[in-house]
Amino acid sequence: MLDTKTLAMLRKEALDARIKTIGCISSFGSGHIGGAMSVMDLLVYLYFKEMKVRPQEPLWDQRDRLVLSKGHAGPALYAVLAKKGYFPESWLTTLNQGGTRLPSHVDMLKTPGVDFTAGSLGQGVSAAVGIAAAQRVLGYTDSWTYAIVGDGESQEGEVWEAAEDAAAWKLDNFIAFTDVNGQQLDDYTDNIVPMHQLRQRYETFGFDTYEINGHDFNAIDEAVQMAKGVRGKPHMIIMNTIKSYGYIPGEGIKSNHSMSINEETRTEAVRALVEREENA
Amino acid sequence: MMRDVTDFKNYRDVLVEAVVTLARKHPEIVWLDADVSSCIGSAAFQKEFPQRFFNCGIAEANMVAAAAGMASAGLTPFIHSFACFASRRAYDQLFISCGYTHQSVHVIGSDPGIVAQYNGGTHMPFEDIALFRQIPGFVIVEPSDATSLYELTQQVYENGTSSYIRTPRKGISFRYKASDSIELGKAVTLKEGDDVTIVATGVLMVDGALEAASILEKKGIRATVIDNHTIRPFDGKTIEKAARRTGHVLVCENGRYAGGVGEMVASYLARTCPVKMDFVCVADRYGEVGNLAYLKESFGFTGKDIAEKAEKLLEK
Repeated sequence: MLDTKTLAMLRKEALDARIKTIGCISSFGSGHIGGAMSVMDLLVYLYFKEMKVRPQEPLWDQRDRLVLSKGHAGPALYAVLAKKGYFPESWLTTLNQGGTRLPSHVDMLKTPGVDFTAGSLGQGVSAAVGIAAAQRVLGYTDSWTYAIVGDGESQEGEVWEAAEDAAAWKLDNFIAFTDVNGQQLDDYTDNIVPMHQLRQRYETFGFDTYEINGHDFNAIDEAVQMAKGVRGKPHMIIMNTIKSYGYIPGEGIKSNHSMSINEETRTEAVRALVEREENA
Repeated sequence: MMRDVTDFKNYRDVLVEAVVTLARKHPEIVWLDADVSSCIGSAAFQKEFPQRFFNCGIAEANMVAAAAGMASAGLTPFIHSFACFASRRAYDQLFISCGYTHQSVHVIGSDPGIVAQYNGGTHMPFEDIALFRQIPGFVIVEPSDATSLYELTQQVYENGTSSYIRTPRKGISFRYKASDSIELGKAVTLKEGDDVTIVATGVLMVDGALEAASILEKKGIRATVIDNHTIRPFDGKTIEKAARRTGHVLVCENGRYAGGVGEMVASYLARTCPVKMDFVCVADRYGEVGNLAYLKESFGFTGKDIAEKAEKLLEK
């Protein structure tokens, strides 16, 4: 269990990161708000509690690394990286503008702190497996590789090819998360290609597996700490989440993959979010 | 001095030796294979560096993106599969995870074009050259003998950017001596003549071009033969010089016309020195099974075919 102080800190940072993400997307006028908000609590947990990183030295070779394989959730990562000091928060309002350092899909060559480029779904997981293997080859025994993959993204065969190698190579320094928000671009995942029994699938592949509420910091922490104690296997933490969680106008609706957000909707959404958090 | 590799029996042994030699000096070099390790002989790498060898199984797309991840963390991967799988099968991963990210990954595609022989049409890539040409930054080499294969493998590593090494696995030939000089991005003029220029890429076509030059010589036609071992960076200047002298250029490749070496040379000469041209290559056709002699006849890749095309080109 996280102590009260850490839990309060994570909640406060997550609220602020959500507000900044909504602001980031509204500065451009539209963006992938749904999948950004569903992974926000995990990103805040990893960067504010767990990962060994140096924001002033983003390419430090022995850092823990994160591959956001569902690369369209970039704005959530940008808000977290800016808050950690990787780059000025003023960059957040440059999303998708010509010449920006913050493109809609994460790009390691453009944004300090982004460990691998993603956007063509499935590839980030493979790259993360490669990074975890490289940490072994290079003797970085205290370095971890994290990957975040979408449930819709898991329809890509490459995700499972990567899982095969992670298990075959016994990459116990590889901790992956599947963001099961139950929705993809066109519709609910169940109406496209159902992605049921993901935990069992990974278990069968030879992973050390967990299934948690992805908006519960204590549950995330418990799973990550347990995973770090299991040797000889890669780890998969299935996170049940709500797409657009925290951008209330997008919660519970079908078309929340990419949404238009203007100044008026941003202001109202932030007001409603703050009010809900205060009453929580 | 280049390495004397005359004691080797197959191209694949030379290639693996080149990478193993590099790996002894550079601990960040790793080898990835996709269940065709025994076909290229990378067991020699695995034996010496077991912790730096990864057999990814039959999953080429994943292998390529995993290699890119390794590169991002400080390793230099050499990855191998048959040329068809090392290009078509993993193309988006090559383009995005290796190319777009500027990660340095060296891709070995073995048995390109008709060299695939008994594996037939499913394994016979003619379009791999065109595919790699579309990825900005990739160096592309197709050495024409064992000596240049060893040398260019070393040079693409030293060059640093991602590369595609297109090579046969079996058989061996020695066109160059250790005392010769091979330079990445610098075409070699093997024979000089004033009537026609034959630009050839790869073992098969350089052999064919030299045979054609002998046939032509008996008919009083003097050919320049250029070994265009590096497809990118392209040595247009050497070819342009020969084109200006001969006025006729025949480009030979064990690959497809669309996006291939022939189009590349034609495009360059159209801008610098338009001349009469023709091409020995594959047009709109798939591969098929057969031995090399049959396939050379079938695809019009023999020295005789090349000589005939050159002769007809002179009549234009």
